Amino acid sequence: MGLGSDMYRQQILDHYKNPRNYGELEDPDFTHVGENPSCGDTIKLEVELDDEGETIETVSFTGDGCAISMASASMLSDQLHGMTVEELDSLDTDDITEMLGVDISPMRIKCAVLGRQVAQDGAKIHRGELDPDATRTQE
Amino acid sequence: MGVQEQYPFDVAAIRDDFPILERSVGGDPTAAGQDETDDIDLVYLDNAATSHTPEPVVEAITDYYRSYNSNVHRGIHQLSQEASVAYEEAHDVVADFIGAAGREEVIFTKNTTEAMNLVAYAWGLAELGPDDNVVLTEMEHHASLVTWQQIGKKTGASVRYIEVTDEGTLDMDDAAAKIDDDTAMVSAVHVSNTLATVNPIRELAALADDHGALSFADAAQSVPNRPVDVDDLGVDFLAFSGHKMCGPTGIGVLYGREALLDSMEPYLYGGEMIRRVTFEDSTWEDLPWKFEAGTPSIAQGIGLAAAIEYVEDIGIERIEEHERLLAEYAHDRLTDLGGVEIYGPPGDERGGLVAFNVDGVHAHDLSSILNDYGVAVRAGDHCTQPLHDKLGVAASVRASFYIYNTVEEVDALVDAVREARDLFA
Repeated sequence: MGLGSDMYRQQILDHYKNPRNYGELEDPDFTHVGENPSCGDTIKLEVELDDEGETIETVSFTGDGCAISMASASMLSDQLHGMTVEELDSLDTDDITEMLGVDISPMRIKCAVLGRQVAQDGAKIHRGELDPDATRTQE
Repeated sequence: MGVQEQYPFDVAAIRDDFPILERSVGGDPTAAGQDETDDIDLVYLDNAATSHTPEPVVEAITDYYRSYNSNVHRGIHQLSQEASVAYEEAHDVVADFIGAAGREEVIFTKNTTEAMNLVAYAWGLAELGPDDNVVLTEMEHHASLVTWQQIGKKTGASVRYIEVTDEGTLDMDDAAAKIDDDTAMVSAVHVSNTLATVNPIRELAALADDHGALSFADAAQSVPNRPVDVDDLGVDFLAFSGHKMCGPTGIGVLYGREALLDSMEPYLYGGEMIRRVTFEDSTWEDLPWKFEAGTPSIAQGIGLAAAIEYVEDIGIERIEEHERLLAEYAHDRLTDLGGVEIYGPPGDERGGLVAFNVDGVHAHDLSSILNDYGVAVRAGDHCTQPLHDKLGVAASVRASFYIYNTVEEVDALVDAVREARDLFA
């Protein structure tokens, strides 16, 4: 025994125990906090854009939550470097499960996509397309 | 091993009545029922959420649908009479089981939550005002906490919470201080669904009575597994659900003292609760039907009576002993494992459940990993968010036991918890 869950492959555990890009930025273009109230997961994401405001240059995050939500945010923070805001907008749930490389059980999908939701909501608020009061992730 | 020899009844024989315990899990969770992708033995430890249904109860329900399905209190035809008699007699079975005076004091609801809401709306909205207070405990289920909190907002009544001590018990000095002459209702959970604390309902009801307040026991986690007698407890209201005690979902019970129920206006109108209607006014049926509007859950009510007969055949004191054995064993083994924080009182002073967290492992991750070992537990806040806030955690994992659970299943839980702990170490 000791294999544990299919969801908890080494890569997920590694990102959970050693999250990448963890911390805060000096001068982010936007910062957004999202939570998943049913789990108590919270993620704060900070993003610096290029001079045109189109491409993501630097990302950092802090947070508290389950291994799936934290590992997903960590892996996403790596992927977002160099991505355009338009590409960020188009990320869907399948992109996240593909990134994680494991099957996420139906009850845990909300955990897996929290980081993506925070990034997308933050970008929309930055562009004035979303009311900051209306961004509670899920219930 | 010693613990199995202390079983107060033949657990293996009980398990034979529950075919679901034979199934495997581990396959596709979006396809209901067992298929060839399921390959791990199920270890079901989520009984505080819902218990399984034994064959005699399934048979009582199917017998109703197959041989006398009909609406109650409507028809003169034979099927309706058979259904009406069985449905009414189910109230008598419940009354006998909890020591109520008769069916007049037993109202069938959808569940415990609806029973709470019935009293809050039918009694609370009419009787409460800004000078009144309602006293709850910090370990209330949302069914009680949110209901009285919101009725408080509507009526201006304040809501007070009896504090929980570090040991997970109620601070009875605080109870004596908070229950005063302005208290109109004291509503407390009998057995906590998170801490497993068995609360002193009799003392709380007496305190309420001393100050002219009513008392309400949330017995959802106590009626299924220990003797509960409404006269002995001295409560005015008590509520529980059928599906946590071998019965079906969709059926719960509100017990109320007859004089009180008589004085209350209906909460829902229409259907079965009507006696006479004109365009100008209406009158109501006698108790308990006055509070059972519309077509009730007939098969479920009959199923609940069958469940009570099943539980009584085993013996409610023996069920209590079995739960105590398993809870104490689980508490001891998880404590010995190390790195496990268990909430609530010591092993020999608790109801049949154990809520806990493992250092460095989020409750949802732990529950997912346990699921991979076939172990079904609840993860989350168990509908006690304010209590979890007080405990300083967002969520916990809860294993809860019932008549068919075994020492070997507790061992399977502990082994899986060890694997999870080591995976995250």
